[in-house]
Amino acid sequence: MARVELDHIAHSYAPKAAEPAYALHPLDVVWEEGSACALLGPSGCGKTTLLNIISGLIAPSRGRLLFNGQDVTRLPTEKRNIAQVFQFPVIYDTMTVAGNLAFPLRNRGMEKRAIEVRVAEIAELLDLTRDLNKPARNLTADAKQKISLGRGLVRSDVAAVLFDEPLTVIDPALKWELRSKLKEVHRALNVLMIYVTHDQVEALTFADQVMVMRDGEVLQRATPAELFETPEHTFVGYFIGSPGMNFLEADVAGHQAKVAGTVFELGRSYTVPAGSTKVQIGFRPDYARTAPSGDIPVKVRRIEDLGRRRLARLALGPHEIYATVPHDVTIDGEDAALTIPPNRLFVYVDGRRIIGEDRR
Amino acid sequence: MSKPINNRAWFFVLPVLGFVMFSAIIPMMTVVNYSVQDTMGSNQFFWNGDQWFRDLLNPTTEIGARFAGALGRNLTFSLVALLIEVPLGIGMALCLPRQGWTVGFVLVLIALPMLIPWNVVGTIWQIFARADIGLFGATLVGMGIPYNVTQDPTSAWVTIVVIDAWHWTPLVILLSYAGLRAIPDAYYQAARIDSASRWAIFTNVELPKLHKVLVIAVLLRFMQTFMIYTEPFVVTGGGPGSSTTFLAIDLVKIALGQVDLGNAAAMSLVYNLITLTICWIFYTIMTQMDKRGAE
Repeated sequence: MARVELDHIAHSYAPKAAEPAYALHPLDVVWEEGSACALLGPSGCGKTTLLNIISGLIAPSRGRLLFNGQDVTRLPTEKRNIAQVFQFPVIYDTMTVAGNLAFPLRNRGMEKRAIEVRVAEIAELLDLTRDLNKPARNLTADAKQKISLGRGLVRSDVAAVLFDEPLTVIDPALKWELRSKLKEVHRALNVLMIYVTHDQVEALTFADQVMVMRDGEVLQRATPAELFETPEHTFVGYFIGSPGMNFLEADVAGHQAKVAGTVFELGRSYTVPAGSTKVQIGFRPDYARTAPSGDIPVKVRRIEDLGRRRLARLALGPHEIYATVPHDVTIDGEDAALTIPPNRLFVYVDGRRIIGEDRR
Repeated sequence: MSKPINNRAWFFVLPVLGFVMFSAIIPMMTVVNYSVQDTMGSNQFFWNGDQWFRDLLNPTTEIGARFAGALGRNLTFSLVALLIEVPLGIGMALCLPRQGWTVGFVLVLIALPMLIPWNVVGTIWQIFARADIGLFGATLVGMGIPYNVTQDPTSAWVTIVVIDAWHWTPLVILLSYAGLRAIPDAYYQAARIDSASRWAIFTNVELPKLHKVLVIAVLLRFMQTFMIYTEPFVVTGGGPGSSTTFLAIDLVKIALGQVDLGNAAAMSLVYNLITLTICWIFYTIMTQMDKRGAE
């Protein structure tokens, strides 16, 4: 177990080019021992590159990778003490489940009795005890992923467990089960787990720290709740939540924002820096309430009943807005109004959130 | 909804049936016909029952001894060729580059022997192996190794085996290479994480993943070596003595050399039956393995 530190790590797949295109922009991160972290982002955002740097598959063009303060940047994979669970189950077909779990220990020359004890321990933790003597290839995909994880966990000195979208090939019904198993294992072993995914539900339920990435850049690193409540970047607001956050271009001055002639009251007073090209206000559909009367008049395009809640698609001038329709509210006809608590309204300048001053 | 049934559709099968009749069934039936009859010449045949088959399968008769000898030599040859070509092919496939411009170059280079027709291969080697002027033969003789394809049975055997390995190991290489390339990188990465040695990776990752490809390679190589004809025919002529007289060579000698139709027909039917049996065994093993894998 260890803490993993990225010290100004950056990577470009063509480092010799005059202007190297970074697949991963310079990055400083510390992951503490025993935490569960997720790297979340769309395809091509650099999350897999980052994972490969940690696992030793690629060497970063710049920066240092530290495990417990020790520089491992140039060490080969086998010397790094990491474990990895891949997108699809990677198991040794010819071996039994027990053989698979024992394999890393046998390779390290561990004593036979000690191997048996450790394998039994991990199998117990992963609910694989009943299958220990079965051929590994006959098991289901989720059991195979558990074997894959178990091969990492049997080594008591493992520094970090890396997950590369491990639920991709798992049945939807079993995904939830396997995910809670991962949580359980994490609590039991207190080992650092780094989880790469493009599925926000997986990331937000698994991790206590989520790093949202886009185009090789980390946009926000926060707890799942913080990502939802206060997205630091319009992309984070858009990517997390379903539907994503509403963003409207606005003229922001002081504690008011004007969108298509309509005034939004902001909770704080904002000064937009000179030279900004794009100023937006953003709010979650979850906190915007649609009712027959309220602060901001809007047109109703459609109301979707999602069972647990109702969602309205509204129009404000040329803008389209998603908002919640509370269950006790009935809306007839086209005209309705929107109420947004001021503390749920944020201002974004060129994509980044800016912090306003308290209203005097 | 009931499907319309139109038996006229059967007529469309007739051309194929006709073609198969002329290409396979009728020739086969003439062979069956010869195998149960004898002739004194002038195109007069009389019934001989199963006598040709009894003689063939009885090693104390002349033809029986000949057949048993050729069958034994042929099985030995197939076994030796497989034992050399399969490990060599896998080994070479492991050494091939996996990326870069050399891949195409090397693959074409390796595939070249397979593109040469059998009789040309035989002719090349007939000259190449000559003890007096052949590069291979003369070099061996010059090094003091007793080598003579036409007079020494060991030399003849070694030469035929070397020719077959030279000609057909590339097939095993290409099949194994394709099989190796199909293994996702994650398996290698996982093996490295598990600190597996090179040998452990080979036995636990590569060999199990090559399993199916290797069954096909072994099947193909077995069938081809079991039917070998042209190389020994051109290079050694089945000699010296009968040391490289394999089944196909002996069959042609009996049928076309001695025009001994009864013996030749019986022999070719039994030969065919052996081939079919081995095919069936391989097919069964392959489908059984698929079934076990799918469980």
